[in-house]
Amino acid sequence: MSASGTQPTPMATVSAGALPGPSLAQQLHRAERRKKWRALALTLPLLAFLLVFFLVPLASLLVRAVENPEVADTLPRTGQALADWDRVSPPPAAAFAAVLADLSALEETSQAGALARRLNSEVSGARSLVMGTYRALPLGDNLSTDEARARLLEHDARWEELPYWQAIAQNSSRWTPDYLLASLDLKRTPQGDIVKVGPDEAAFSDILLRTFQISAIVTAIALLMGYPLAFWLSTLSERKANMLLILVLLPFWTSVLVRIAAWIVLLQNNGLVNRFLMFLGATDAPIPLLFNRLGVVIAMVHILLPFMILPLYSVMKSVPSNYLRAAVSLGSPPLAAFFRVYLPQTYPGVAAGGLLVFITCIGYYVTPALLGGPADQMLSYYVAQYTNVEVNWGMACALGGVLLTTTLVLYALYRKVSKSELSLG
Amino acid sequence: MKLKPVLMAVAVLASLPALAQSTLTVVNFGGANGAAQKKAYFEPYEKSTGGKITAVEYNGEQAKIKAMVEAKKVTWDVVEVESPDLSRGCDEGLFEKMDWAKVGNKADFQKAAVHECGVGTFVWSTVMAYDGDKLKTAPTTWADFWDTKKFPGKRGMRKGARYNLEFALMADGVKPADVYKVLATKDGAERAFKKLTELKPNIQWWEAGAQPPQFLVAGDVAMTTAYNGRIDAAQREGKNLKITWTGGIYDLDYWVMPKGTPNKDAALKFIAMASSPDAQAEYAKNISYGPTNNKALTKLDAKVLGMLPTSPANSKDALQFGIAFWADQGEALEKRFSAWAAQ
Repeated sequence: MSASGTQPTPMATVSAGALPGPSLAQQLHRAERRKKWRALALTLPLLAFLLVFFLVPLASLLVRAVENPEVADTLPRTGQALADWDRVSPPPAAAFAAVLADLSALEETSQAGALARRLNSEVSGARSLVMGTYRALPLGDNLSTDEARARLLEHDARWEELPYWQAIAQNSSRWTPDYLLASLDLKRTPQGDIVKVGPDEAAFSDILLRTFQISAIVTAIALLMGYPLAFWLSTLSERKANMLLILVLLPFWTSVLVRIAAWIVLLQNNGLVNRFLMFLGATDAPIPLLFNRLGVVIAMVHILLPFMILPLYSVMKSVPSNYLRAAVSLGSPPLAAFFRVYLPQTYPGVAAGGLLVFITCIGYYVTPALLGGPADQMLSYYVAQYTNVEVNWGMACALGGVLLTTTLVLYALYRKVSKSELSLG
Repeated sequence: MKLKPVLMAVAVLASLPALAQSTLTVVNFGGANGAAQKKAYFEPYEKSTGGKITAVEYNGEQAKIKAMVEAKKVTWDVVEVESPDLSRGCDEGLFEKMDWAKVGNKADFQKAAVHECGVGTFVWSTVMAYDGDKLKTAPTTWADFWDTKKFPGKRGMRKGARYNLEFALMADGVKPADVYKVLATKDGAERAFKKLTELKPNIQWWEAGAQPPQFLVAGDVAMTTAYNGRIDAAQREGKNLKITWTGGIYDLDYWVMPKGTPNKDAALKFIAMASSPDAQAEYAKNISYGPTNNKALTKLDAKVLGMLPTSPANSKDALQFGIAFWADQGEALEKRFSAWAAQ
């Protein structure tokens, strides 16, 4: 998006030797600036589009991942009352009175609902505790702090349990690292130390690792299958190559869902593939090809293969065939010539195709959701789960942030390794 | 990043206010259930009032309603929601308060169908199902479901913690009435996951309600958990699928109105009509989900009644879904399920 147009034009050199007014240099400068502005104006629609549909949502996503307004908005007095609490001894009676006062001051049920949801994602049971108490209000007029404590405990004895108070105290600030920590299987203890969560809850590091594993396998297979094909295509005449490229592109234009449904038909226990294998006698019982890792990888390779073939093909087209012939005529065995002369020249294509496929894979959602088991779901599945099912958008945004960060890191790494100026736009 | 399509969809929908004014948008889960609602509710409503209904399908994503209500651009007028989403959405102010005076007499309805933000529309059940042609002896309990020696073959189960933990405890000998009491304790949850682990190598997971009958018909699984209406739909197509009602978990779906709908009056009129005995009886004839209006039951014959989750024989050993339990424990248990599934 660099603004072009830094060369001086003949236009600017016209005129004005003896006339009073701005000097030639100034005029030149002005004309140049005008050109720059014009160039910038041309990119404005694109910039505005990127800003509105890309950067702003991305920024708001990242903000949501650390935003924590619910407790701070609804329980300000309680937050103050708990400020000096050591978080291990029973909370001060003033905190009980503050909870009652804060809950009574809420204007709408929805505020209590938001508070209940937030606390419940920290401590299971907080939802019924908060909503139950809120619905039971008022518990009495002009209560002293001790009376308030007694009334609350009388209403629900769970108010005595420390985890609820710890959750309130920990979340009374407006910003929180908790979602991001949770997306890395870490948590804060009530004392503020960062520790790993127990094995029963640790899910996301496995899921992230699995996301990378599946993406790496799919990329490797796509490369192994795509490279020979692209090579063959690049050696054909223009006409034939175009015909065959259409075959590559045809599935590319079919809806992903349709292709997944087709794979379900093919791969199921009574499907074509299994029937054929059993007909050949290769197996007695159907091989499970669906709802496991194998099915996910097969379908993803199929869907992403064009992303590998097209960059490879375009790079291979630009590699002159003379080099290979020259190497052979100078006495190199054909295979050695291929690996030492041809292959290195296609590295930009390999890198571009590999990166494109890998990055697309990382964000894959629908294919594993439909073709995989619970152990084959990738990170996006959980983003969707937290967005749609749990309606815990902070957690969803934190996971999205992790996905975004890893993608950016990979891209930076790639730029560093490849040193090429190849841009994916 | 998943929020973007939602927001964009909302923006697109919001640009069509004229459409939203003249028609009522009713959102349901589609499938066989959507077809039954169209016949029993939508068509009679259009005929009697002259208004138009736009039926929209969704998958229960409350995020869409939340996005609409927060953006104050509500284009859905009536939405069918599941029970945990009803209480959660009501707490968080996503739904209009239900005007019961305009809907009907509360006393006519089942107790669970009466809610401050919604009207129960039908009773459905998650049950054990099998193919009558392939299994010679019928499985009768969840212990049978777990017994892969006596009944070899895979088991279909919904991908997630909900229902499966209850079934696991019942298979482990817990009485239906005690299931949620046990599951609420730390040891109880441990016990449920341990029991699920026993069956894990034999489980084939499903995600959409249409999958379990397909698994059974294709012979992929010997038994599966399933929504009873989906099995009913397969039976109507001539498949010999059977249901074991013992230990089934029944629950209600509700009509709600997203907060700020511009067509509240028409929405209420629709809900009242769809909750009337005649309409509910017609609905139950088209899909075997139980009416919530008790007066509808008198309009049904014994054959239809025998297929409903609400019939005395079918509900005898059934368990009511623990809305309050899952509202509190759901997020933690689902996360634990993800960790468990990956092991």
